[in-house]
Amino acid sequence: MLVTKDFELIEHTADVGIMAYGADVREAFVNAARGMFSLITELESIREVEHRDVEVTAPDVESLLAAWLNELIYLFDVENMLFSRFEITEFSDTCLRARAYGEPVDGSRHKLKVGIKAATYHMLEVDRSNGGRVRVLFDI
Amino acid sequence: MSAPWKQVLNRVDDYCWEIPTSYKEGMRVPGRIYASEAMLEHIWQEQVFQQVANVAFLPGIVPYSMAMPDVHWGYGFPIGGVAATRVSDGVVSPGGVGFDINCGVRLLRTNLTAEEVGPRIEKLTTELYNNVPSGLGSKGRLRVNEKELDEVMVRGSAWAAEHGYGDAEDVEVTEESGCIRGADPGKVSARAKQRGIPQLGTLGSGNHFLEVERVSEIFDREAARAMGINEVGQVLVLIHCGSRGLGHQVCTDYVALLGRVVQKYGISIPDRQLACAPIQSTEGQSYLEAMACAANYAWTNRQCILHWVRESLVSVFSKSRQEMGLEQVYDVAHNIAKLEKHTVDGKRLDLCVHRKGATRAFPAGHPDIPEAYRKVGQPVLIPGDMGRGSYIALGTETAMRMTFGSTCHGAGRVQSRAAAKRSQRGADVVRALADKGITVRAGSMSGLAEEASEAYKDVDEVVDITHRAGISRKVVRAVPMGVVKG
Repeated sequence: MLVTKDFELIEHTADVGIMAYGADVREAFVNAARGMFSLITELESIREVEHRDVEVTAPDVESLLAAWLNELIYLFDVENMLFSRFEITEFSDTCLRARAYGEPVDGSRHKLKVGIKAATYHMLEVDRSNGGRVRVLFDI
Repeated sequence: MSAPWKQVLNRVDDYCWEIPTSYKEGMRVPGRIYASEAMLEHIWQEQVFQQVANVAFLPGIVPYSMAMPDVHWGYGFPIGGVAATRVSDGVVSPGGVGFDINCGVRLLRTNLTAEEVGPRIEKLTTELYNNVPSGLGSKGRLRVNEKELDEVMVRGSAWAAEHGYGDAEDVEVTEESGCIRGADPGKVSARAKQRGIPQLGTLGSGNHFLEVERVSEIFDREAARAMGINEVGQVLVLIHCGSRGLGHQVCTDYVALLGRVVQKYGISIPDRQLACAPIQSTEGQSYLEAMACAANYAWTNRQCILHWVRESLVSVFSKSRQEMGLEQVYDVAHNIAKLEKHTVDGKRLDLCVHRKGATRAFPAGHPDIPEAYRKVGQPVLIPGDMGRGSYIALGTETAMRMTFGSTCHGAGRVQSRAAAKRSQRGADVVRALADKGITVRAGSMSGLAEEASEAYKDVDEVVDITHRAGISRKVVRAVPMGVVKG
């Protein structure tokens, strides 16, 4: 399959979702995270100044997707960290290790768009049938 | 051709429609949607029927999975959903409360008139914007340590009042007196606490707001008088916010935890966001104790914000709080699960009532409502959108009988955030509001566009249906003068 975009937004009456693509699920997880931060601010405005190491576990790959994104939301909420690049170093259906690159919010350069309360399990989907495709809906 | 929903729904009466259990295999009880026929068309286009049906799967649910007239597509439960489960053998579902635990509304009255406030509305809106931290990533003016946060979570509004943010009278006219008992900070994760500490005393972003408004219509003079509202033109201030990152993390933690135990309890659910556990189980109890912590945090948050709203009014009008009659009317939660007693099929039952985007609406005489309102009924605060009105209503006996004492919580969205942004820019929204004489101060222009009037149902229509269905009774309508958004 020719993937022309990394992610796209899914419209929902109250909230917003992301459909993310990749050559495999691991890459789709990265693009889902990029898609999520694109909702918060312009990805291009995020510089790679710092990094955080992230490790999440979950009982299955769909929950792992929610846990991964919720971990990043937590880092944004507590440390004001914006990320634009992610390296997943270890990936299975139940465990993910990654390094996330970005910087803390700088009001003079980052135009913040919307706050994300959480990644939900509603419509959560991980599809391996054609490369990687994942879907997640956020509570905004 | 008849509308497609007509093949699914059974009409109960003009404002109540039933989804039979045959709609989806696994429904334990029928669904009931409170809406006008005209509204059903839109409700049908969304996934609301599916979501109401999915909630009907929850073990112990009685006697219907319900939706209020402002219902719209949520992320598991519909927004505007009400579901009661038996405490004895039913479940509690964190998704049935939502991420913003005890998101709610508080109303302050003044004795100022629109004529007095009008000329200074820009100054007042700016003062409110400066005094009440709002917007994405904002930090609170309060500095609490972990021990103090534990006290906030255990004691709620009373903690704020004792620390100089308001008084006992405010606490008295707050749902549940601003504190759900049985809160256990030990059931709240360290991460939830980390998110909660810096955000105490902040409004947040999204649909949260402060609104200065003037009374435009009084439908019931006697009931309005009981709330200290006497004339058209009187100025009120509405505060809408919740439990911030602390509540979001509590929900995140417990949806994940309960998702891992549904199988252990032999529960089958059609949507993972409906993850649940028996109320009597360790996991179910832990969630309720953590939820109480987040709910109490939210009441503390609104109590502190109320204090800064009062300070702003005092500063702008150079009059004392007493001179301006700055008294709290009431405070309601609209994302919460409460343990309540209700009569079902002639039997008194202990129930866990989930209100996801729905407001408690208890009738006159109910022991759980404050003395001041015992004769008229519980005030119900229903915000609309920024450009249209908001309402104060009262709980009724009909609500008690039909909806476990619940009614709508707002106008309900009809347009996605992206669609709202495509159709108008933040600057256009400011101009449209200015044309109506409404001043707005917002942290984010794109956030503002997402909250444009056009994105919402008409609150007049929604409240009218609750009134005609009898699940709440209109008392006062107010229209915005100044709005502060994160």
